[in-house]
Amino acid sequence: MRHLPIPEEEYMLPGHTACLGCGATLVMRYLLKALGKNTILSIPACCWAVIPGVYPRRALEVPLLYTAFEVTGAAISGIKEALNAMGKEDVNVVGFAGDGGTADIGIQALSGAVERGHDVFYIMYDNEAYMNTGIQRSGSTPMGAWTTTTPGGKKRMYKWEPKKNMAEIMVAHKIPYVATATIAYPEDFIKKLKKAKEIKGPKFFQVFSPCPTGWRVPPNKSVEVSKMAVLSKAFPLYEVEHGKYRITVKPKKFVPMKDYLKMQGRFRHLTEEEIERIQEEVDRNWEELLLKEKITQGETHEI
Amino acid sequence: MAIILPDEPTPIAKVPSTENKTGGWRTFRPIINYEKCIRCYICWKFCPEPAIEFDSPDAHPVAKPQLAKFDSVKINYDYCKGCGICANECPVNAIEMILEEKLEED
Ligand SMILES: Cc1ncc(C[n+]2csc(CCOP(=O)(O)OP(=O)(O)O)c2C)c(N)n1
Ligand code: SF4
Ligand code: SF4
Ligand code: SF4
Repeated sequence: MRHLPIPEEEYMLPGHTACLGCGATLVMRYLLKALGKNTILSIPACCWAVIPGVYPRRALEVPLLYTAFEVTGAAISGIKEALNAMGKEDVNVVGFAGDGGTADIGIQALSGAVERGHDVFYIMYDNEAYMNTGIQRSGSTPMGAWTTTTPGGKKRMYKWEPKKNMAEIMVAHKIPYVATATIAYPEDFIKKLKKAKEIKGPKFFQVFSPCPTGWRVPPNKSVEVSKMAVLSKAFPLYEVEHGKYRITVKPKKFVPMKDYLKMQGRFRHLTEEEIERIQEEVDRNWEELLLKEKITQGETHEI
Repeated sequence: MAIILPDEPTPIAKVPSTENKTGGWRTFRPIINYEKCIRCYICWKFCPEPAIEFDSPDAHPVAKPQLAKFDSVKINYDYCKGCGICANECPVNAIEMILEEKLEED
């Protein structure tokens, strides 16, 4: 006998080639547990294009179509419409791409796909840089981070622009369901996926996905750093269902940004003043989110 | 004119990745202390391979008699890469990470 906190079925096999402690593998593992076998994936160039292994190997027990870096949105639109034409309307069609493939190069195809209203899922696993090609900055890299294209030096050329807010860009498209999630809270992620499964139309998930290799974090800390991102307001967990915001994890006590940043080598260089600036930025974002929840729900929820 | 399709129009990846024994990547080996394990399955939940499996309730020693009806967990060392997430997340510190070389010496 066993009482498991998440579904038991596994559709991701061991033997895959992700780095030790890779957060993106847990995103995939939980995604397929929630959606099940009746699913087709499309993945563009990114770490997940190599994690399943070299042909003829496979690590996923569902069909997978590889696409070019910038076209995930178009690929899933086509797969979905072809299935509809064949009368197979109950298949979950899922685009699964990194933050570079989503927030930067793939944003046009994604915007078109969700605006046309295809009944698809899009999962952005957000490891906050272009990891597969060696840790280059993306629009989703957070403020203050070191990457190989924001290397610092005397002029402190780190990534000073704010993190591009992909979830809000999707909310602005007025799609029926947008959510954030992360690997330290699989129950929350799976609950959101199961809810989204019942909703027709485009569904977008931004899933915070620690990358020990690129973040300069020991591999055993990737779940812990994911939890710290939520507790420090760096990455709030919420959903927006038909325009209504609901924060799904409201920490009773927040931890200072400093404690979150100090866990990661990519923020090692930050001065007290810079950390203060980042703290102000996340505090403001959190207040904004609370207000959005209040305005759209007419009340705040206690979870 | 009839279209002639190849026998396999779509490449089908027929070989499961389980052929690839990633256990060889390991530097540290997680070892479960069954005298401490409370069979909460948190390590199973967070293993990114996944390399943690279930075993029968009596396959391993049990920490408390109340737990004897629950299945135990075991690590599949063919695939465990030794990331240490399980040891870090275990609520009762029942998993210790030990340097492989040290185990080989003993
Ligand atoms: C048009 C095009 N430009 C560049 C590349 C090279 N490339 C392959 S993967 C990758 C980075 C992907 O980054 P991201 O989408 O963030 O996913 P991650 O690697 O972090 O998982 C790049 C630049 C490509 N395949 N195609
Ligand atoms: S580089 Fe990062 S995201 Fe890519 S496989 Fe390694 S840990 Fe995962
Ligand atoms: S060390 Fe990592 S790979 Fe090995 S069993 Fe623990 S969580 Fe899984
Ligand atoms: S997390 Fe620890 S206590 Fe829970 S099942 Fe794993 S080893 Fe046992």
